[in-house]
Amino acid sequence: MGTSSPETLLVCEHCDTVYRRRPLARGEVATCARCGAELERHHALSVNAMLALILTAMIVFVQANMWPIVTLGLSGQQSSTTLWGVILAMWREEAKVVSVLVAATLFFFPLMKMLLLGWLLWFGKAGRRAPGFVPLMVALHRLGPWTMSEVFVLGALVAIVKAHTYFDVTPDPGIYAYAALTLLITIFAGVDLRQLWDQVPERAA
Amino acid sequence: MSALPRAAELGLIACTVCGLVCRNVPGDPQLDGDGVDDAMACPRCGSTLRRRKPHSYTRTWALLIAAFILYIPANVLPIMRTASLNDVDDNTIISGVVELWVKGSPDLAIIVFTASIVVPMLKFLALGTLLVSSQRGSGWARTQRARLYRLVELIGYWSMLDVFVVALLTALVRFSVLSLVEPLPGVIFFGLTVVLTMLASMSFDPRLIWDGKDTDD
Ligand SMILES: [Zn+2]
Ligand SMILES: [Zn+2]
Repeated sequence: MGTSSPETLLVCEHCDTVYRRRPLARGEVATCARCGAELERHHALSVNAMLALILTAMIVFVQANMWPIVTLGLSGQQSSTTLWGVILAMWREEAKVVSVLVAATLFFFPLMKMLLLGWLLWFGKAGRRAPGFVPLMVALHRLGPWTMSEVFVLGALVAIVKAHTYFDVTPDPGIYAYAALTLLITIFAGVDLRQLWDQVPERAA
Repeated sequence: MSALPRAAELGLIACTVCGLVCRNVPGDPQLDGDGVDDAMACPRCGSTLRRRKPHSYTRTWALLIAAFILYIPANVLPIMRTASLNDVDDNTIISGVVELWVKGSPDLAIIVFTASIVVPMLKFLALGTLLVSSQRGSGWARTQRARLYRLVELIGYWSMLDVFVVALLTALVRFSVLSLVEPLPGVIFFGLTVVLTMLASMSFDPRLIWDGKDTDD
């Protein structure tokens, strides 16, 4: 697994330069000699490891969305919110565009990404192409930069600091779940999911 | 030209979706990127194969200009209202940064300033520069321009930071008469600006940087 046929060519997406693919050493990153963009990197993660990571990410994601993120206190009153509380609040406050943006980039797209990956890797583990492999791989590609959980974690930090001046702030489990999710996303960020095209051959579609 | 052949010179097209390298469709080797006559489906993923992203210059310019127009109300209009018993305060992006700075969090003030002001401005300047220089087929600082584009792509979405801050504070600060936070129209303009700049950088085809006259050093 992980070894693609050496004959295949590789084209730099950023400048169109053609390379002959070569096997990479552990941890090695091939960069383009013309423009410096990353061409390909060696993957230390096996399909099994990726599947385990995705399942973990799903569990953490559920928790990040169920649990409150922060609680504020002001003269005996308490107020807390979950991600969906944020989405609904923006909807009520006539900032529907923002509500939709938040729902998409922090809930629906990350959820879709994880479900797609889970599905594709689950079959990939057995060396098979999942039903709908081709359109789902394309969908995964299109989701690209539209998941923003890591930005939200930083946003929560800023919100906490801003609120701290006026309120008693207690971070809730949701924020830790989000932090854990960010960590998992970071591990995943280095994985080029296109390798699935090569790793799971077409025969057993 | 021999050491680093480009796909177009070899009659190859790489699929931008799945990365498969395909032998070119018979026909014109033009690099115009208008995509009219070089449409063929990728045999592996079915996406349309194109030498360059279609209408890259027009689309990127249009999105960038639209983003810039929305960026003005995003900065001028307040993004958030904080109301307490004795005063009502409308915050703009800049006043939010100043508040963080004054209240003793200069490090976060710098982060928010970077995400909300520096990154969008950098995107306008960077993409504008890339568009103008590539349209002229300029060979000037190609490696640096390529690097600039990758930077823009990498950091672009962090601008959404302030939008999330406003959304979270709106949901959290609801103590009836004592203290309330409401979003104001500026935040909508700002959210749309970020989306449009992201679409703009996605529409730009970095391969165009290298398409001009070959004045390689
Ligand atoms: Zn390159
Ligand atoms: Zn393809």
